[in-house]
Amino acid sequence: MTRALVTAWRGVRWYLREWSGEARWDDHVAECAAHGHPPLSRREFERRRSDARERSTVARCC
Amino acid sequence: MSTTATAEASGGSTGRRRPGLRSILVWGAVAAVGAVCWTVLAVARGESVSALWILFAALCSYAIAYRFYSRFIARRVLRVDDGRATPAERHSDGIDYDVTDRRVLFGHHFAAIAGAGPLVGPVLAAQMGYLPGTIWIIVGVIFAGAVQDMTVLFFSMRRNGKSLGQMVREEIGVVGGIAALIAVFAIMIIILAVLALIVVNALAESPWGVFSIALTIPIALFMGVYLRVLRPGRVLEATALGVVLLLAAVVGGGYVEGSGLGDALTLSKEWLVVALVVYGFVASVLPVWLLLTPRDYLSTFMKVGVIALLAVGLLLARPVLQADAVTDFAREGTGPVFAGSLFPFVFITIACGALSGFHALISSGTTPKMIAKESHVRLVGYGGMLMESFVAISALIAAVVIDQGLYFAMNAPLGATGGDPETAATFVQGLGFQTTAEDLAAAAAAVEEPLISRTGGAPTLAVGISTILSDAFGGSLAAFWYHFAIMFEALFILTAVDAGTRVGRFMLQDTVGNVWKRFGDLTWRPGNVIASAVVVALWGSILYIGVTDPLGGVNQLFPLFGIANQLLAAIALLLVTVLLIKHGRVRYARVPGIPLVWDLVVTMTASFQKVFSSDPAVGYFAQRNRYADARDAGEVLAPAQDPGQMDQVVFNSTLNGVLQAVFAVLVLVVAVHAAVVIARALRSRGAVPTTEEPAVPSQIVEPAGLFATAEEKRAMAEQRELAGSAR
Repeated sequence: MTRALVTAWRGVRWYLREWSGEARWDDHVAECAAHGHPPLSRREFERRRSDARERSTVARCC
Repeated sequence: MSTTATAEASGGSTGRRRPGLRSILVWGAVAAVGAVCWTVLAVARGESVSALWILFAALCSYAIAYRFYSRFIARRVLRVDDGRATPAERHSDGIDYDVTDRRVLFGHHFAAIAGAGPLVGPVLAAQMGYLPGTIWIIVGVIFAGAVQDMTVLFFSMRRNGKSLGQMVREEIGVVGGIAALIAVFAIMIIILAVLALIVVNALAESPWGVFSIALTIPIALFMGVYLRVLRPGRVLEATALGVVLLLAAVVGGGYVEGSGLGDALTLSKEWLVVALVVYGFVASVLPVWLLLTPRDYLSTFMKVGVIALLAVGLLLARPVLQADAVTDFAREGTGPVFAGSLFPFVFITIACGALSGFHALISSGTTPKMIAKESHVRLVGYGGMLMESFVAISALIAAVVIDQGLYFAMNAPLGATGGDPETAATFVQGLGFQTTAEDLAAAAAAVEEPLISRTGGAPTLAVGISTILSDAFGGSLAAFWYHFAIMFEALFILTAVDAGTRVGRFMLQDTVGNVWKRFGDLTWRPGNVIASAVVVALWGSILYIGVTDPLGGVNQLFPLFGIANQLLAAIALLLVTVLLIKHGRVRYARVPGIPLVWDLVVTMTASFQKVFSSDPAVGYFAQRNRYADARDAGEVLAPAQDPGQMDQVVFNSTLNGVLQAVFAVLVLVVAVHAAVVIARALRSRGAVPTTEEPAVPSQIVEPAGLFATAEEKRAMAEQRELAGSAR
């Protein structure tokens, strides 16, 4: 029972982090580690992501 | 790594396999439950029918359609190929092109397509009874709406995520492309105006509503600063804080209403228009991280949360349907909510939730650039639209489980109800309902808002949600639930309005940029300001016209909105049909072809009636002539109250009629060009070249369906091992 709950909680957390884009930071850290160069600061990384969003259109429908 | 092995492992074979016993039993049971629900809905008349029959008829139909029809479309019609790399894989840049988990992309896509449309349309269509709306929402989504979303997504994905307009220009021709571009822009303006009109009608004279909605702006600004400066990137944290603040704002509104601040926040419709226009302009020129992005997180979480809450509430409250299956208005076309008979106007009023052309703009553009595997168009495109249809069904249920006298008192224009409980009760008793003035006053007292002639659908839905949730969870929270529902609707309508203004601005800058280079530069500040101002002025003026319309803005503008949306769907389905024929799959052209023909018949009939009908309640020009003649004779016709309002009616009817005619002509231009392209392709027998990108083998292993099969799990584990040993 508790095991199932833990699995479900992990699933929800994974989903929300992926959906909201928070997990992109983990990807960045992992990729930098794999290539052996230091990652950006979190602040700098997020700033670049939000500035990129400035030019993209996220349409919202009716 | 061998790519053919990958393709086999992840794509699944296309050959027929004998279904297992379990599969037969499960799907047999789903079909049986669905058939029972439909039968009950079909035969029950004049007895108390539970709303759950509608809910389960919908769910079973969706399940069967997804399992069988969408699979048929994926395998036979589109021939999705998981051995072929998607644009996300080929161009991966982590910004626009990004390989995204299918379930996560489903969430993104659903958040993008679902808005106020599926909530409002079914509420208005409820004047014809629950059955026409139920049938159209379910049958429409299965054979038209979901098919459109999925196929457009597929063809755009095969073309690196090109937009609908671009694809029409390249595959159908320049003239068709230009017509489509103008249609898309004009339709967007109408949609923004109508959405904003719904918000204005919901917030007018409601200090509680205005307070909670106004607070969403500082809450979003706070979240924006939080994410940019205080704790960069902690989206979930910031959103959780935002949701708590939002709920506090809804509760706080109740206190504000009774206080001295209440009067200051009691805004007329005209002032709300000014507020919305200023807001739309500012939101369009501010950096997105400050306002748009955080609002988007907030509104999406609210949207999904409320829909889930409503579904649970329906199961707990098990409300009984109050409306007739089919009302007299369906037969006679004299309904007070909107004029016109069942055919074609139910199919126009319920656009989103059954078939929405606007989705084609989302299915071509953002989503196709994020698809990991071709087979995912089924879950994201078809599945996402089924989910939106479910939202529409929930909204329909909310509108037909409230007292129907109250429903008509809320949705008929002011000219008909007279604006107070006594005159409104007389009006609805004239329609044959037993509702008394006391009943109407009691309903208004329960939610602490005046309810007579609160048109636009949002207040009615809020009353329905409030009724269902009060029944389900107990307590005397009707007023809280009402304002909670209003806040949630207004929140994501405003998100659609600011995002839409921005998209409109980009379209305008892009188009004008073709002749004036500098204007197309998105970083050029004056260009941004001018383009934003033009877009806001366009929808703002239509909004103002709607708000001040003596005949009631919603019943005048909503048909225009619905027809425009369905005409856009016609353009999208035309493109898909043309592409299937060009690819030499003439046999399967009927899959988009049948909904296309249906949609063209519906929209052209509706457009024809709106332009040429001699009935002033239906035809815009007949209405114009009636009021113009009376004005020239020096008379004033109700509901207009003075010669100035007579002029207004004449002007508005002319404008609406002209817009209506222009939309229809634009679509006919595209249709004629498409017919020529189809004829040429058919004559050449076999596939004709298209702008499809050449196939590149895929290196990614991903499950094809929602759940990974054992085979797919093995293949994924294998790939992880390979990647590990390579490192």
